[in-house]
Amino acid sequence: MADLTTEFLGIKSPNPFWLASAPPTDKEYNVRRAFEAGWGGVVWKTLGEDGPPIVNVNGPRYGAMWGADRRLLALNNIELITDRPLQTNLDEIARVKKDYPDRAVIVSLMVPCTEESWKAILPRVAETGCDGIELNFGCPHGMSERGMGAAVGQVPEYIEMVTRWCKENYDKPVIVKLTPNISDIRYPARAARAGGADAVSLINTVSSITSVNLDDFSPEPSIDGKGSHGGMCGPAVKPIALNMVAEISRDPETAGLPISGIGGVTTWRDAAEFMALGAGNVQVCTAAMTYGFKVVQEMISGLSDWMDKKGYASTAEFIGQAVPNVTDWQYLNLNYVTKAKIDQDKCIKCGRCYAACEDTSHQAIWMKEGRVFEVNDAECVACNLCVNVCPVEDCITMERMTAGSVDPRTGETVSDDYANWTTHPNNPGACAAE
Amino acid sequence: MAHSTRTPGIVAGRLSAEVLSENFADLHPPLDAHEAHVAADRCYFCHDAPCITACPTSIDIPLFIRQIATGTPLAAGKTILEQNILGGMCARVCPTETLCEEACVREIAEGKPVEIGRLQRFATDAVMAKGPQPFSRAAPTGKQVAVVGAGPAGLACAHRLAMHGHDVVVFEKRDKPGGLNEYGIASYKTVDDFARAEVDWLLGIGGIEIRYGQQLGRDETLDQLVADHDAVFLGMGKPGVHALPGFDLGGIRPAVDFIADLRQAGDLSSVPVGRNVVVIGGGMTAVDAAVQSKLLGAENVTIVYRRARGEMPASRFEQDLAAAKGVTLVFNAQPVAATGAGDVTGVSFEYTAQEAGKLAGTGETFDLPADQVLLAIGQTLENAPDGLARDGSALLADETHKTSLARVWAGGDCSAPGEDLTVTAVAQGRDAAEDIHQTLMG
Repeated sequence: MADLTTEFLGIKSPNPFWLASAPPTDKEYNVRRAFEAGWGGVVWKTLGEDGPPIVNVNGPRYGAMWGADRRLLALNNIELITDRPLQTNLDEIARVKKDYPDRAVIVSLMVPCTEESWKAILPRVAETGCDGIELNFGCPHGMSERGMGAAVGQVPEYIEMVTRWCKENYDKPVIVKLTPNISDIRYPARAARAGGADAVSLINTVSSITSVNLDDFSPEPSIDGKGSHGGMCGPAVKPIALNMVAEISRDPETAGLPISGIGGVTTWRDAAEFMALGAGNVQVCTAAMTYGFKVVQEMISGLSDWMDKKGYASTAEFIGQAVPNVTDWQYLNLNYVTKAKIDQDKCIKCGRCYAACEDTSHQAIWMKEGRVFEVNDAECVACNLCVNVCPVEDCITMERMTAGSVDPRTGETVSDDYANWTTHPNNPGACAAE
Repeated sequence: MAHSTRTPGIVAGRLSAEVLSENFADLHPPLDAHEAHVAADRCYFCHDAPCITACPTSIDIPLFIRQIATGTPLAAGKTILEQNILGGMCARVCPTETLCEEACVREIAEGKPVEIGRLQRFATDAVMAKGPQPFSRAAPTGKQVAVVGAGPAGLACAHRLAMHGHDVVVFEKRDKPGGLNEYGIASYKTVDDFARAEVDWLLGIGGIEIRYGQQLGRDETLDQLVADHDAVFLGMGKPGVHALPGFDLGGIRPAVDFIADLRQAGDLSSVPVGRNVVVIGGGMTAVDAAVQSKLLGAENVTIVYRRARGEMPASRFEQDLAAAKGVTLVFNAQPVAATGAGDVTGVSFEYTAQEAGKLAGTGETFDLPADQVLLAIGQTLENAPDGLARDGSALLADETHKTSLARVWAGGDCSAPGEDLTVTAVAQGRDAAEDIHQTLMG
């Protein structure tokens, strides 16, 4: 079995699966159960400044989006940061860390945007013996209206400033958690690095309204007929998160900045994908909230099996392996010509590929006598829609045309030279290949 | 309980009321809302879906299933009922395993089709629970059409004619509507008097009068019907049964009569059944009679079919159902003689084999003890009016269901081609109504 031990910012954990700062990590009881179940670390649910505890709504705080069989595809929430007294949390953190020295315990923080506020809380957090802090610059609801959370995360200058205060007043790792509710994730990441952050973690939740009640026209979750945008998480946000992680990994200004990947990690495979795009570990919330802490056991065995199969002795060997392959559209090889191919033995004759291609794409699939579906290479642009709508895995595949053959659609001979848009004759800005 | 499964002869009350009630419960219990959603989510919404082609009434199955999946079962029900006004009964009695569900691509892919029949029941039940049927009549045309037989074909025809604004008079020889739905189908397929409830609901469209106790050839003639109406639709089924020469001892009767008595019995513990029941035949009627005999408490029930399993008209699902209920299936054996004096005590059979494409006895025989023998070897046109051309044992009808007589149409079991299925009868009755409408209004 592969060794899943992960070292992130010098913090060791037995596996790369941490619980994200969220309801599952709000108190000692949960965190102990999580550690017993096998989680490698936790980011304690965000603490705020000392004073009267946070007030949450007393109606529903979660909304949801479901797939078939009520499979939860996404949650959204309007819960705020911890509503328990600061000292209670600090005492519990200290006890848990003492009892689980081999697990990572990070404390998430969100206090007002003044240096005094941060100076006040940081020493108290340090006393718990936790392994580091995560700055919650991501929460999109409730706290952002009070100038915290995403309100900070959406202004790179604030990120840099607060990160610097923390680095000056706390001597363990500082992770900056980023909000996806911005136009370009690279700017806040650069700001975090400029402020001295040891790492960034992303994504926080995506601003969302999950649904609208069509009887009383209230957004869900409904509080007395009204709703407020919440933060969406779960499997549906994973593609957004993967892209943002990749953007930071390949941005020259932030390359090498450690990343803790968050956003819809539900299985070992999701985790491996985040890590391949440069995340040193992952944080999980919705999967645990859906299935309980036990899911980590599948993540551990799955990642380990995959690493064994691939011959990776440690997670470090595959972290970031996909980063060089993320590029800009203009550098994609235009001489890479593929055609859809339907495996007639696997085809169950549902005709979804035909309907999709005929109605919405390029009329490149024939429906022949006896419900035989075949690709017309002369029309196929290799868009991949048929592959995506086919209910049978690997029934339709994209087959690369060999160099020297003629693409019946364009009449051009396929070349095995690499050629991209930057040198394409149709590009007014094309420069001749040197 | 006066008797047990081992009591000799044909007696009632072999099982307790509780056991009978359990035995005759819904064969396929209804899906609840969540089960329906899960089942509906399995549908791939195929292009030009094979299930639609496989349905004799061409119900848009992917559409109605998607309507269920999106929380609109009433719309789903209407999609079904527009094509098949007896969609509720068909959901219960259709051999879906040889129709829509056999064609389902998931049957091909994984041997587990989308549960189309049960989903259809979910949607049609929702419509019926809501109350009145969702169709209304067009402006009156002043035309009057006679329909013979209030079975599936006649009812489907009558409903469609009424929808088009025609007035319909249905002549039914029995004292209840429904035909084989009411009299000829296993009780566990249509519990809670569903057949009657469905007809009452169907008649809610108005414009349909049913005259009971009216038998063609006895109470009225075809000539008179033609003279008195703008058109006539014949949907009287095949009321006669094939007899087996020499099988005339006590305890021997047509399976359809046994099923009809059972269906009409208010109390199942009053229905007599043999200890050793032998059912001769291989269709759905044979299976329905055999399984219900067993469920009533017969000790031994055997279906004997003269050909091989693969040729049995009852589907493999029906065969397996019978086997699961404890019915013995014997293939390749034909009846030779009934034994006994007065009442039957046994039946002799001879094994058969295909020789030069024809079925022939092998000379090897065996005997089965029997105190009740149910014959399910096919039904016949009986008392059908003269002057109508025949196609084999059924009335000749063209693709628009016109018979050889002007202004006379036919559909369902009495006409050819007939598949002896409720759903086929509905399709033919509906299509005949459309053709009648075209002809009358043309």
